[in-house]
Amino acid sequence: MNDRFNLYRFASPATFYPLAGKMIPWFVAAGILFGLAGLYVGMLVAPTDFQQGEGYRIIFIHVPTSWMSMFIYLVMAFWAAIGLAFNTRLSGMMAQALAPTGALMAFLSLWTGALWGKPMWGTWWVWDARLTSELILLFLYIGYMALVAAIDDARRADKAGGILLLVGVVNIPIIYFSVKWWNTLHQGSSVNLTKSAMAEVMLWGMLLMALAFWMYSIAVALARVRTILLERERHTEWVRKELAGGEQ
Amino acid sequence: MIYWNSFSDFLAMGGYGLYVWGSFGVTALAMLIEPIVVARNRKATVARLKRQLRAESRSTEA
Repeated sequence: MNDRFNLYRFASPATFYPLAGKMIPWFVAAGILFGLAGLYVGMLVAPTDFQQGEGYRIIFIHVPTSWMSMFIYLVMAFWAAIGLAFNTRLSGMMAQALAPTGALMAFLSLWTGALWGKPMWGTWWVWDARLTSELILLFLYIGYMALVAAIDDARRADKAGGILLLVGVVNIPIIYFSVKWWNTLHQGSSVNLTKSAMAEVMLWGMLLMALAFWMYSIAVALARVRTILLERERHTEWVRKELAGGEQ
Repeated sequence: MIYWNSFSDFLAMGGYGLYVWGSFGVTALAMLIEPIVVARNRKATVARLKRQLRAESRSTEA
């Protein structure tokens, strides 16, 4: 048994199912730890912002949820590409398991953005490039879920959904670079590799919160993919055994 | 180490309380509800699949 063989083995649903189940508690624990640390640093330790007062603290969820909304979409598009190219069973299920969490992150990004925009810009919403492209991302998630749910044959649903995901991926760089390409009301990126616009404590708070949202998303998606696996593989021997074994 | 002088200062968020807590509250609620929905969905699916499996094994025995 070499490494290469093992790697492919994890792509088999029968191996992945118990592995995912074992990983979930670790991601939950890590998520809680990062979340508590991030909240402590961001809400209790970090000083006020000289321009935005305490209102800036919305950043500690606004930026992580925005990042996750984009990143989850990229991961879904990656699985879609793998699924369309190699016709692997697990890929479509992974994309499906991620979609509701991605949609939730896009919604939270818009929601916290609105609550931040109101006191800072005087408006909940403007049709500017950043906000509009993020709204389109939410619609892409909803459109993907609706499309997949509307097609009875799971493999065909994966294919159609995958094509939608790959077409929609152009929206991600548009969201990301919108603040550079267009003159928008939205402020530029808060984190920059060469020089960050934020104080170090604030940056730490934000990174910890981002890690927490990351862990949360992985845990929820793994839990969801396990249910999808049982459903889709219900005619296989391993699922029968799993169900007969008193699976809760 | 702690930036705030009092708990009421913390709650007021320098006058941005509604916006800050509106953001954190809805996010916390969403992150509480989503896992519950996932867990319920799982329970319902497992129960349904078990029923189907039992029905199938009965029909093959008969």
